[in-house]
Amino acid sequence: MTKYIVRRLLQMIPVIIGATFILFVLVFALPGEPWQGRCGERPCPPAYVDAFKKEYNLDKPLLIQYGIYLGRLLRGDLGTNFYNNRVIDELAVRYPTTVTLALIAIAFAIVIGITAGLVAGINRGSFLDTLVTVSTLVVISVPVFVIGGLAQWSILKLKLTDIIPVTATQGTIGQLILPGLVLGSLSVAYVARLTRTNLVENLRADYVRTARAKGLSKSRVIGLHTLRNSLIPVITFIGYEIGSLMGGAIVTERIFNINGIGGFIFRSIEQRDGVSVVGAVTVLVLVYLVVNLIVDVLYGVLDPRISHD
Amino acid sequence: MIDRRDHKDRGRREQFLAGLAEPDLAVEPPEPASDLLVGEEPTGAADKPHSLWTDAWWQMRRRPMFWISTALIIIFAVMAVWPSLFTSLDPRYCLLAESRQPPGRQHWFGTDIQGCDVYARTVYGARSSILVGVFATLGVTVIGSFVGLVSGYFGHWLDVLLSRLGEIFFAIPTLLGGIVILYSFPSKPDTPYFVVVGKVVLAITLLAWPSIARLMRGSVLQVMPNEYVVAAQGLGASSARVIVSHVLPNAMAGVIAVATINLGVYIALEATLSFLGIGLQEPAISWGIAISAASKMGYITSAPHMLLFPSLFLSLTVLAFIMLGEVARDALDPKLR
Repeated sequence: MTKYIVRRLLQMIPVIIGATFILFVLVFALPGEPWQGRCGERPCPPAYVDAFKKEYNLDKPLLIQYGIYLGRLLRGDLGTNFYNNRVIDELAVRYPTTVTLALIAIAFAIVIGITAGLVAGINRGSFLDTLVTVSTLVVISVPVFVIGGLAQWSILKLKLTDIIPVTATQGTIGQLILPGLVLGSLSVAYVARLTRTNLVENLRADYVRTARAKGLSKSRVIGLHTLRNSLIPVITFIGYEIGSLMGGAIVTERIFNINGIGGFIFRSIEQRDGVSVVGAVTVLVLVYLVVNLIVDVLYGVLDPRISHD
Repeated sequence: MIDRRDHKDRGRREQFLAGLAEPDLAVEPPEPASDLLVGEEPTGAADKPHSLWTDAWWQMRRRPMFWISTALIIIFAVMAVWPSLFTSLDPRYCLLAESRQPPGRQHWFGTDIQGCDVYARTVYGARSSILVGVFATLGVTVIGSFVGLVSGYFGHWLDVLLSRLGEIFFAIPTLLGGIVILYSFPSKPDTPYFVVVGKVVLAITLLAWPSIARLMRGSVLQVMPNEYVVAAQGLGASSARVIVSHVLPNAMAGVIAVATINLGVYIALEATLSFLGIGLQEPAISWGIAISAASKMGYITSAPHMLLFPSLFLSLTVLAFIMLGEVARDALDPKLR
C-alpha cells in the first residue's frame, strides 16, 4: 500500500510540472505578443510592454523563465491584475462559493444518480430502466448552458422565483440549490449510468450466484454483496468529479451570475484581464490534479486489488 | 478494446465511456445472437466469412436509434453544406425595427435582439458546429491513432515517452485548456471565418488527442500477439506494412465508435467556448453565440424563442452523434454480443 501511494505521488510530479509548463508556453512563450489584448481594445503602450517583459522575464531563456514562474506559483504568487489586486486574494474570496456549489452538485449526483442507477440496474429491461438510460443520454447530450437557460426560463414562467431564485449574486445556500442542480446534471447522468453498468455486470458474477444459492434474500444479496463492489468505481468517479466540477462551474456561474471562481474567470475574459484568466485557470487545473491524486490513493484503499501490481 | 476492468489507470474518460457503453438497452430484442443467425443463414453458408464490419452493420440496422441518429445527422450535414436549401432569408439581413418579435408567419422562429431572423440564423449556425466537430474529430483521431499505433507497436522507450507526454495533456481539462489557448490567441472581428474556426479546432485537437491515443494503444497491444501479425512479421514484412494492413484494420473499431461520440462532445465544447465569448466570434454565426446573447436575464422571459430554437438544434446535433457512436460501439464490441 505504502509503495503504491509513493509511486502515485512520484508519477504525479512530472504531470504537474508538464501541465504547468504547457500552460506557461501557451501563454507566454509562443511566438507573438503575449501582452496583446491585455490593454483592452487598444495596442499596449511601450512602457506596459517593457514592464510586462520584465515581470515575466521574457528576455531570459525559456527554461529559466519557466523556473521563475513555477517558483512564484509554488509561493502562491499569481501576479496582479488590472485593478492592482493580487489574483490569489481575488480567488481566496470567491473560493468558498465555488466549493459550496460543487458540493451541492455532488450531493445531487450521489442522491439522484446512485438511486436512479440502482433502480435501473435491479429492474434491468423494465420501463424504469429504459427511462433512466434514455433520459441520462438526453442529459449528457444537452449542453449545461442550455439546461441552465431552460431551468431559468421554466422557473420564471411558472413564477416560482420567490421559492427558487434564478440568480445567486450573494451565493447563499438557498440561492445555490438550482445552480448546483444544473451544474450536477451531467454528473447525475454519468453516476446513474456507471452505477447501473457496474451493478448489471456484478449481478452476473460468480460470488453473487453463490450468495443466491446459499439462500440469502434478494435485499441482502444486492445490499451486502453486489452494491459494495459496484459502488467502488462510482465513488472514484464522484471523487474525480469534485475536481472537474470546479472547472465546469465557469458556465454555471456565468448563467446564474454567481460571484465564484468561474464567474471571476468569465468576467476577466470579458474585460480581457489576462493575468486573472490564466491565474485562475492554473489554480483550477492544479486543484483538479490534486483531487485526482487523492482519489487515486483512496481508490487503492477501497479496492486492494489495484495496489498489488 | 481496452479492458474496462483495468483498475490501474482508469481515467475519467474511460469511465465516462464505460458508462455510455450500454450492453443492453431495453429497445433491443432479448436474443440478438440467434436472431442474427436466422437472418444471415440463407446467404451466409457459401459466402466468405463475415467480417466484424458486416456483423456490426447487421447489428446496427436493427436498432431504431441508429436510423434516428443517422437521419438527424444527414439533415444537419445538408444544412451545414447548403443552408439556403432550408431558408431563403439572409441571416445577416436584420431590421432593428423588428427586434425580438415572437415566432409568426413571417419569422418562423421569431427575431433576435438585432431584428435578425432566428430561423435563418439557426440554420446557418449548423455550419460552424459541424465544421468544428468534424475537423476536431479528424485531427484528434488522426493524431491520437498515430501516436497510439506507434507507441503500442514499437513499445520500449518510445511508448514510455509518448505515454508520459499524453498523460500531461490528459491532465489539463479540455474546457480550461481551451479557455487559456483561445484567450492567448484572440480573434478579431476582421479575422477570416476559417481562421476563427481553425483556432477552436486546433485548441481541441491539442488537448484531446491523448484519450484516443490511449484507446488505440490498448487495442494495438491486444492485436499484436495474434498469429496473423506474428506471421506477417516473420515473413519479413516491413513495420509500415504490418501496421497498415494488419494491425490498424483490427484495432480501429473502438476508436471509430469513440470518435463518433467525441464529435458530439466537441460540438458541445465549441458551443460552450462560444457561449463564454471565447470560441467563435461575431460576425461568425454560431449556436453558442446565439444562446449566449439570448440567455441574458431580461430576454429569457421577454423573448424565450431566442434561447429555445438554437438550444434545440444544438442539443439534437450533439444527441445524434452521441447516439450513433453508442450504437456503433455496441455493434463493434464483440464482448457485448
